[in-house]
Amino acid sequence: MNANKLCLFIAAAFLAAGPAVAQETLTIGFTVSQTGKLNNDSIAQMRGFELWRDQVNAAGGIKAGGKTYKINFVSYDDESQNTRVQQLYTRLISEDNAQFLFSPYSSGLVATAAIISEQYGKVMLTTGGAEEKTYRLGNKNLFQLYSPAGQYLAGAVQALKQINANAQIAFVYKDDPFSKAVAIATRELAAKQGFKLVLDESYSPDTTDFGPIINKVISAGATALIGGGHYPDGATLTRQLFDQKAGLKWVTLLVAPDSPNFATLGEAAVGISVPSQWEPQVAFKPDFGPSAAEFTKAFSAKYSIEPGYHAAGGYTAGLLLQHAIEQAGTIDQEKVADALNKTDATTLFGRTKFSTEAKEHGLQLGHEMVLAQWQMKGGKLSKEVIWPKSAKTAEILY
Amino acid sequence: MIGVLASIIDGVLVGAVYGLAAMGLTLIWGVMRVINLTHGAIIVFGMFALYFFVSTLGLPAYAAVPFSLVFGFGFGVALYWIAAHRVIDRPILMSLLATFSMNMVLIGIGTALFSTSPYNVPVSLPGLRWQAYTFTGTHIVAAVIAVAIAGLLYLLLYRTRIGKAIRAVAGNRDAAELCGIPTTQVLSFAFGLGIALAFVSGTLIATLFPFTVLSGQAYQVKSFVVTVLGGLGNPAGALLGGITLGLIEGAATPFMPVSWIPIVEFVLFVIALLAFPRGIFSFSRS
Repeated sequence: MNANKLCLFIAAAFLAAGPAVAQETLTIGFTVSQTGKLNNDSIAQMRGFELWRDQVNAAGGIKAGGKTYKINFVSYDDESQNTRVQQLYTRLISEDNAQFLFSPYSSGLVATAAIISEQYGKVMLTTGGAEEKTYRLGNKNLFQLYSPAGQYLAGAVQALKQINANAQIAFVYKDDPFSKAVAIATRELAAKQGFKLVLDESYSPDTTDFGPIINKVISAGATALIGGGHYPDGATLTRQLFDQKAGLKWVTLLVAPDSPNFATLGEAAVGISVPSQWEPQVAFKPDFGPSAAEFTKAFSAKYSIEPGYHAAGGYTAGLLLQHAIEQAGTIDQEKVADALNKTDATTLFGRTKFSTEAKEHGLQLGHEMVLAQWQMKGGKLSKEVIWPKSAKTAEILY
Repeated sequence: MIGVLASIIDGVLVGAVYGLAAMGLTLIWGVMRVINLTHGAIIVFGMFALYFFVSTLGLPAYAAVPFSLVFGFGFGVALYWIAAHRVIDRPILMSLLATFSMNMVLIGIGTALFSTSPYNVPVSLPGLRWQAYTFTGTHIVAAVIAVAIAGLLYLLLYRTRIGKAIRAVAGNRDAAELCGIPTTQVLSFAFGLGIALAFVSGTLIATLFPFTVLSGQAYQVKSFVVTVLGGLGNPAGALLGGITLGLIEGAATPFMPVSWIPIVEFVLFVIALLAFPRGIFSFSRS
């Protein structure tokens, strides 16, 4: 009797295991700056990846070529360091057998990861790698989601031109590849628009006290400040600008003010604007995947925090890879890369189209940015879209 | 010109806090010849003490200062017995490695508890306005507290029995032992004192700027520069060294790109090591 029961149990176990054997696993590798200077934005990006994975797996996986693939992530903490990225992307490909890659966060780390992904011929979708240079090195498997760095502050310059064409601008930016690339492009743009540039200062990534720089800004007679870098320096600069009553009428900083954590600065955050790849209020009609509102709702429910553009970028990276695999009907690298090359689609993140020209392959051509600003509404801080006019949710606070 | 003066005043105010941090480092070196590489981590723990006081307990920011002194002292005594006591009489490399290891442990614990995300403790005090420039109340208060604590340290070292014992142990440990001074207790007391100074300087720095678990590194490097400027093992020199460093930073900034300031600091560091190995204020001790 017991032996019969055992046989039945084993048979049932085999039957139950049957469908799982038919299902395959798709491994995607990436590193996250769980620690270090970039962790605030990098973790948001990772959460975007994870939400996409969980939703795809809950829906049964990616269907391509008669097969279904469940998503499996392999990721490591890169500690916000280039050397770690170099080691870990090699490991992800050669030891963990990652079939596709997502990028780490920030232009500097993406540039390092891109060398490895290209050496091994692996498709890598990059989020948080806005600097153009990486895409102009002849890479064939790199696909950029973000608008390139040169476009980051174009909206801020246009908005300022409309509000005060006589503003005197101080450029104060972090001495890193991304921030410098943005600053160089914006400086030229501002000069073309006829603005007077009264100060041009880069600061070390380790800067902890912005007091001396703010005194220079005041001495230069600036009425607008444009620049910044990433979260820690941007938050410190904002707080000190407020504490030192720098008297600026316009402040646009990169990256930092986009984070929901920026609200912890309280009153100091009011009026600070940020170029944003995406905001929860955008109302694109997606060709596939959820709308911005649906994504925001799902993300907020899972992580109890509203998503910023890093999170939305992470989610969209997954969405675009999924779409390309479905279009290609296979997980073959070359065919998926071909499908990505042909992509011209609108998702919750906006339009995506990659350059297919050899000299700048993978550079983002379709996506457009918005300019958001922290404003006080009903006693609470909220981030409003102020530019372009067609997308604005509030008037510019100047 | 006003801008230059404003920059110098700002630099001096922050420099006093750098000086306080460096006093902890130099005191430990002066008494027991230990280069304390947990210094940056301790500064960070002092920062989180402020966060705990204000954001978690809802207490006034400056109430954290006496707490930091007391807690930092206790923490320092414990750290002495864990990491320093057994390596004091060994080659300097041993104490360097021991404190480096403890630094990694402390940073690891801090990362696990707080992640490396930035924290901000909003402390606001009315400042002083001079034309377009504002000297924030928090900078002024931090500098005043730093100088006051330095004064208390001076009184402790030069007007109390324990201070006399610390100086005796620093001068000649064997002779102090022969005179009946319990040198081990004195060493642990001095180590606790050094850590308390680093801890409280972290608390004061957190009233000025947002911070992360990794912020201590930058202040540790500054403390080394200040210590060399002020003379290794000379607490009063450390305070003056901090103020001098802040003054130089403030005076140089208006005339050069700010990204050059760290280069200026380290050129000074090398010059001080070569030309004034006992610190630029060594004349005051001769």
